[in-house]
Amino acid sequence: MTFSPELEKRFTALLTRYPEGRTRSAVIPMLMYAQDETGAITGEVIEEVARRCKVTPLQVDEVVGYYSMLHRKPMGKFHVQVCTNISCLLVGGEELYNHASKTLGIGHKQVTADGQFSLEEVECMGACSWAPAVEINYDFHHHVTPEKLDELIRGLRKSQ
Amino acid sequence: MAEQVKLTIDGREVHAEKGALLIEVARQNGIEVPAFCYHQDYTLQAACRMCLVEIEKTPKLQVGCTTPVAEGMVVRTDSDLVKKARKGTLEFLLTNHPLDCPVCDKGGECELQDMVFRYGAGESRFVERKVHTDEKQWSPVVFFDAPRCILCYRCVRVCNEGMNVGALGVGNRGVIAEIIPNKHDHLECDECGACIDICPVGALTSGAYRYQTRPWEMEHVGTICTHCGDGCKTTLGVRNDEIMRGNNRDQTGINGEFLCVKGRYAFDFTKHPERLQSPMMKTAKGFEPISWARALTMVGERFSLAKLSHKKFGVIGSNHTTNEENFFLAKFARQGLETKHIDHHRSGDLATFFDALSGKTNALATADDVDKAKGVLVVGADLAQQHPFLAFQARANFRHHHAQVFTVTTGPVREDNYAAASVRVQKGGEVAGAESLRDKLKAAGDLVILFGDAVQGDALRKLIAFGDSLGIPVKYICLVDYANSRGAFDMGLIPRDGGMSREQMLAATDLDVLWVVGANPLKNAKLASHPFMVVQDLFMTETAQQADIVLPAASAYEKNGTVTNTAGQVQKLTRAISVMGTKTDLEIFGQIAKEMGLNLGIWLPDKVFAEIRKSVHGYDISPATLAVSPAPTMPLNGRVAALPGAIQSAGDTLFTSGSLSKYSHTLNSVMEAPGKLYGGER
Amino acid sequence: MAKLLFNQPSPLETRIVSKNFGLESSETLDVYLANGGFKAFKKAKEMTPEAIIEEVKASSLRGRGGAGFPTGLKWSFVPRTSPKPRVLVINADESEPGTCKDRLLIEYDPHQLIEGILIAGLAVDAHVGYIYIRGEYRYLIEKMDRALEEAYAKGYLGSNVAGTGFKFDLYTHSGAGAYECGEETALLDSLEGKRGIPRMKPPFPAVAGAWGMPTLLNNVETFSAVPSIIRDGGAAFAALGTPKNGGTRLVCISGHVNKPGVYELPLGYPMMKAINEVAGGIPGGKKLKAVVPGGSSCPILKADECDIAMDYDTLAKVGSMLGSGGMVVLDETTDMVRFALRIMRFYQHESCGWCIPCREGTTWLRKILQRFYEGQGRREDISLLGELSKNMLGRTFCALGDAAAMPTISIVEKFTEDFEKYLAKQNKSELVTI
Repeated sequence: MTFSPELEKRFTALLTRYPEGRTRSAVIPMLMYAQDETGAITGEVIEEVARRCKVTPLQVDEVVGYYSMLHRKPMGKFHVQVCTNISCLLVGGEELYNHASKTLGIGHKQVTADGQFSLEEVECMGACSWAPAVEINYDFHHHVTPEKLDELIRGLRKSQ
Repeated sequence: MAEQVKLTIDGREVHAEKGALLIEVARQNGIEVPAFCYHQDYTLQAACRMCLVEIEKTPKLQVGCTTPVAEGMVVRTDSDLVKKARKGTLEFLLTNHPLDCPVCDKGGECELQDMVFRYGAGESRFVERKVHTDEKQWSPVVFFDAPRCILCYRCVRVCNEGMNVGALGVGNRGVIAEIIPNKHDHLECDECGACIDICPVGALTSGAYRYQTRPWEMEHVGTICTHCGDGCKTTLGVRNDEIMRGNNRDQTGINGEFLCVKGRYAFDFTKHPERLQSPMMKTAKGFEPISWARALTMVGERFSLAKLSHKKFGVIGSNHTTNEENFFLAKFARQGLETKHIDHHRSGDLATFFDALSGKTNALATADDVDKAKGVLVVGADLAQQHPFLAFQARANFRHHHAQVFTVTTGPVREDNYAAASVRVQKGGEVAGAESLRDKLKAAGDLVILFGDAVQGDALRKLIAFGDSLGIPVKYICLVDYANSRGAFDMGLIPRDGGMSREQMLAATDLDVLWVVGANPLKNAKLASHPFMVVQDLFMTETAQQADIVLPAASAYEKNGTVTNTAGQVQKLTRAISVMGTKTDLEIFGQIAKEMGLNLGIWLPDKVFAEIRKSVHGYDISPATLAVSPAPTMPLNGRVAALPGAIQSAGDTLFTSGSLSKYSHTLNSVMEAPGKLYGGER
Repeated sequence: MAKLLFNQPSPLETRIVSKNFGLESSETLDVYLANGGFKAFKKAKEMTPEAIIEEVKASSLRGRGGAGFPTGLKWSFVPRTSPKPRVLVINADESEPGTCKDRLLIEYDPHQLIEGILIAGLAVDAHVGYIYIRGEYRYLIEKMDRALEEAYAKGYLGSNVAGTGFKFDLYTHSGAGAYECGEETALLDSLEGKRGIPRMKPPFPAVAGAWGMPTLLNNVETFSAVPSIIRDGGAAFAALGTPKNGGTRLVCISGHVNKPGVYELPLGYPMMKAINEVAGGIPGGKKLKAVVPGGSSCPILKADECDIAMDYDTLAKVGSMLGSGGMVVLDETTDMVRFALRIMRFYQHESCGWCIPCREGTTWLRKILQRFYEGQGRREDISLLGELSKNMLGRTFCALGDAAAMPTISIVEKFTEDFEKYLAKQNKSELVTI
């Protein structure tokens, strides 16, 4: 399995930053970056990461199941994560999530039919003082209102 | 001796080794501290929280499984707080555990049931919906029911640490965390079933056993596995004269909790439909069943006639019949038939081995030594494939005592995973390979050397000379393949005094009578002559098909007696079942002797063993010692003359054992299962 | 990416670790150096390791991640002369609900963090460090990587740090979504490429941590406070707070306040003043109902318990904790059943599943709260919530079980009337059992 030259470069660097013989340490970052490129952690990705980090595929599989940001199925081109944890909850996070669900017509961890959007109700993302917060493909959006979210989604739709 | 400390548990003063685990110390003093995840042989988890105890001057309850005892410690395992904690944990555990005990295989021998019975939580306050996932089949023998799983991680550890296979892991997290197999939806592993037996609940169940019986309907018979030379104890669960399962959950015997796929599942050859259940006679129309009386009379008459006319007898004995049978057969051949042409399939050069060790004491290692020695050297053998228990011992030694394990083999072996050094050699270069490790071996302090059939004759003498030259205590195990290869040799099923070897008998053009007991020499060979041929066996083997008379024999699980493992440890077989129409080989010998009017003594196992005690060196083992077998192996003195004939390992793998494996449905299903098993060249 | 809307600073703040926040290009090394950066490192290089640790002890700095362990003491546990190399691990897995401060320290002042790490490296003779940043903070990993690149390029990392001959390599490491990895030993397992399951202690990370090597683990804010402590002296830092509760810390105020934000306040700062003055009070003139003082795992305080100083000892006295500095303010309209449910949903989602009481306890509690919230509560559920939480408390493998139990116990006990209201609203308090 080959990745883009940029990713290959990143992987090479990853494998050398840990003490000698500790390539297993690269498993999680490698999965994260691989997922960005492949869209999901497939069996093939698991085998590949295992091979590169010199661990068994099972050891990688165990990790994939554990971390909530690793997905076995592709999410949308724009992955909309809405926080509903306490700080966001108090200022309308849950309402915002419900609004997003209605707007996109999908529920938690679902993907729109055109594959453009996916939605996830997430736990605290560390934006409590600027709540409610939404993260779309690693980009944070703060003080998000339903109107602002609609605008964001419209913008993303147009950007394609 | 390690420093001793004094502590108090439940008001009782207790002495223990400093640093010993509290849970062990309590148990040794008859105080039960319940636990699911704790297992003495595997890494500590502190996950189940059942072993919480109260320790004075410690604010929170502490887990007994990871707390080392210390001087003056005051522990309570029976306080209200502790009882409440146990009950609370059990109540939590039962929230998502299905209460399908009535149909669960584990019902009646389930640790969770027992704990709830003893520690409460009989009434649940849980009224919510339980988490449910469907049961999965991971292999022909391994089924997994995630909702029943309590996540004690014993299976993961036994597979990873005990077996060094690492086929089980943990997937997901939180309440949906579950055990996962190494190949996404199925297992590729030894299929040993250790995970099933170590499971405290009914989460992992056996394809061969599930939904067959209730545990209390069975009798449990401890006997010795008949599939390889390691001599593991297997406990056969028997119902209505049928073996329902094999396991070793009581962890007794030389093997503790260990059993491989064969010991656990391959008992089912006993009920194979092709099992011979009547004597057969070859006629023009093929084989026809005849009565035992007629068969024995015919054999007796033909043998007597041949003996009278000084015809040439060849006797090929078995490497999986009992010592008593082998002894009686050797006596029968030498005294009754007056022949010296007697042999069996030899898979290790025991003759040279004993000769080379002549005069030495403390040179024979037991299976226990493989777990205790500071160094273990494996020469020319794929231990994990051919001697799964000894391989397990070496791993246990590495885990528990940091033993240094060395391998000298022609190809990669599993022991390489943790070996201190691995040397790859060409065939024939084994001893030189071992010599290249001289300094490392010497540094180990003491050593057990295990070697396979690659080391025989002069090479074997060289290897022993090399071991002796290290200047450290060295013990040896000459690896042999079958359940009683060692016993067959010791009992004299060997061509002494100019007798013909097995190969010579097959090649002889003037053989008049060939008597084959529990062996299949014609599987890959042809007979040069056309002798009158009697075969005793369980199945119509290639050899039996060429016989004139075929006598249906009982298997090792259907007889009493003793067998000797590859390390020379003598252990008792106990009959678990009887198969209609068969007789034990000893009974057949006795009956033929009677037909011939020979007086070879009483043919009861106990009586024959009494005779063995008197006449076979190293076997003077009292019935009392034998009752708690294994008997320790005895030093063998005296020279043994070199024997003619080939010495060849059976080349069995984890999933094969001679011709028996062919008749085990479970072994076949495992071998045919999707996924790669450990085949291929070694 | 969207620009982070950082809140306006408050004139009431005492800005030590956040002093560079708001400066133009504060994330660059040049700006950091221009504002006194790396003076502390150079000073520390001239000190003995013991003296550095003594200075940190004198500052009475305590871990800013949540547990509040005295930092100097922690540093002194690391065996400096061990034949095994020492490793520094920087915990940037900020995930405690209510907490959003480490983000700012990385975003606005990464070189202060680097300097703090380097000083710790001097103190324990470590030459390598890993900044474990939660996966959700991808943009921060990128920012941190840029800062590291700059530091390497300008000789403030690598084989000759700031021309002193000191060697230090520093890397970022991405998490992948797991609150549990904020627990230091679970973080170490995660750093080693495994599931984030906490480890048994002993051995403590100081003795055998990452890859079995002696490891010093601290929170981003803890490391970030070190340069000013060394530069200006531990005593000066300590003097900013109250006795035994030295220095300042970043307080993340969120929830029902007019000016939510991250503010640097000295320890011992009055809680009501923080709410009413620093954070601008409660919107709409509503009354205060409760405060989560230091992240969701802290026992909640009723309004009448909030007239206190925010320091470790005072919070302990009222049965709560200062935690990670995540202060969540709840006004009188807050539905505590819904609030408790959201907290428990979080802990159930984040329970690693390793031990029974946490795995099953959080799930059961979540289900009861969910049912209650949906109008299917029973009177006995109120006491059951408390009892089950207490069955978890102190019995789990790591502190996550406690983190789930403590707020629940406090909410059920202090706000029983909210639960009663639910029962009253129901036509029948009978439960439809499944």
